[in-house]
Amino acid sequence: MLNFALRTPTTLRDPAALPRMALTALALLLLWPGLRLSELDLTVFFQDASGSAMGSFLSAFWPPAHQPEFLQLLVRATLETLAIATAGIALALLLAIPASLLVSRALSLSALTRGGRPVWWAQLLRWPVRSGLIVLRSVPEIVWALLFVRAVGLGPTAGVLAIAITYSGMLGKVYGEIFESVDPGPNRALLLAGSSRLAAFCYGVLPNAAAEIVSYTVYRWECAIRASVIMGFVGAGGLGQQIDLSIRMFAGGEVASMLLTFLLLVLLADGLSRWLRERLT
Amino acid sequence: MNPHGLRLSQISLTHGNGQLALRAIDLQVNPGERLAIIGPSGAGKTTLLRLLATGLQPSSGQYELFGVAAWALSARQRQRLRARIGLIHQAPPLPPRQRVVTTVLAGKLGQWSLPKSLLSLLHPVDPAGAAAALGRLDLADKLFERCDQLSGGQLQRVGIARVLYQAPELILADEPVSAMDPVLAGHTLSVLNQDAINRGATLLASLHAVDLALAYFPRIIGVREGRILFDRPANAVGQPELDALYANAQLQVSVPETAATAPLNLRYPQC
Repeated sequence: MLNFALRTPTTLRDPAALPRMALTALALLLLWPGLRLSELDLTVFFQDASGSAMGSFLSAFWPPAHQPEFLQLLVRATLETLAIATAGIALALLLAIPASLLVSRALSLSALTRGGRPVWWAQLLRWPVRSGLIVLRSVPEIVWALLFVRAVGLGPTAGVLAIAITYSGMLGKVYGEIFESVDPGPNRALLLAGSSRLAAFCYGVLPNAAAEIVSYTVYRWECAIRASVIMGFVGAGGLGQQIDLSIRMFAGGEVASMLLTFLLLVLLADGLSRWLRERLT
Repeated sequence: MNPHGLRLSQISLTHGNGQLALRAIDLQVNPGERLAIIGPSGAGKTTLLRLLATGLQPSSGQYELFGVAAWALSARQRQRLRARIGLIHQAPPLPPRQRVVTTVLAGKLGQWSLPKSLLSLLHPVDPAGAAAALGRLDLADKLFERCDQLSGGQLQRVGIARVLYQAPELILADEPVSAMDPVLAGHTLSVLNQDAINRGATLLASLHAVDLALAYFPRIIGVREGRILFDRPANAVGQPELDALYANAQLQVSVPETAATAPLNLRYPQC
């Protein structure tokens, strides 16, 4: 007979209950000052004046513009937006992939025999890369765009550079975290069999991380499309520049057509992401 | 004395949580020797094997492998040393979506150049070699299947095939046949032993099944509470040693009447 009675805990109270409740209470407490500071006031929608102003602006949206010349312009602007987003992400990957490999603990050899914790000086060396990524992504892309519009002039180049810089920071950080979050077992087994770190990464980490990496990258590409539209407002080309022009000319129909195009682009990105995820999982 | 074997002198190891896992272990193994490590659960068999694989650094003591002190090497040299060690895991950590052929070929990553390793991801560079290793374990038909389509026992054999393909000078096996039926377990152990004999490699395997250890390995080490209790040839291991090894004060097993008439080993864990 097994003496399991000896191992029964003396008390059945969950030791994690108190910290959890304290954290929940803290989150709720912080929500209130947040609402006050952001001056959120939903009653503004129900005041007559602002309601009718929005209504008249929106009513001009129908019917969406569909003159042949305009459609030609629209197609050109859409392609330009897609090109800005894609080129920006591609450039960002050039920086993000090496940075994520440097910043991630997944490739640490010293962590192998120390229960997953690298030695202190290796952790110290990761800090410059980590802070570099923080600097890259903490400045909003619109600020980079304004900067580059002054440096390289109006046009898509400024948009591409702005996206490349901000998104390399985001992609590098998240890639590094994904590499750390997947099962470290296969990677460690390969390192223990004498494999080089990059090879062990490709054979041990990548198969488990691929689906998440791809899905996040496609999501960021979708965000880059949105960002390139916003940057168009400051003269970085693409759909945004056209929307800006149309809004200034009170051409609601044109704005509507461009928003519909935009919706299609996001749908496309969503479908692509889902298809790739299904292929990879 | 044993220029290319392995030697542990006064090895102790304390885990991160303060638990003393190995106490003052002394062990000498000559090249080409084949050992089974037996002992109750939690005795430190896995810890000992991971230490031998240089996956754990001893808290004190000296570990010499192939004539060099493993922990005096630089990280780069230690990676080269590790390429000569093959560790078989009880539950091999394999990416579920990886194909069996890639998994087996990964055994040679320590010997291949980086370009060759990366090329092999696009197109397997040596499918014949992987198929041969799998074929010895009766798994050749699984070459292009994904790891998540295999059963536990099949995965264990894929892990063994990887180490066969790696062809290391020191094979360490942690419960290599725990998920297999008795016939398959015997076959797999004889494949491992034959591989070690043919290549002159050293083989250390921890086993739960005492009868398999006695049947397949010439030298037996009994480990209990982080110490080596006995270290002797298989034919010199008798009932008193096994009784001392598996004696348990906490678990009072009430032995059924029929067990008294059963053969010698039945009271000890079998596969």
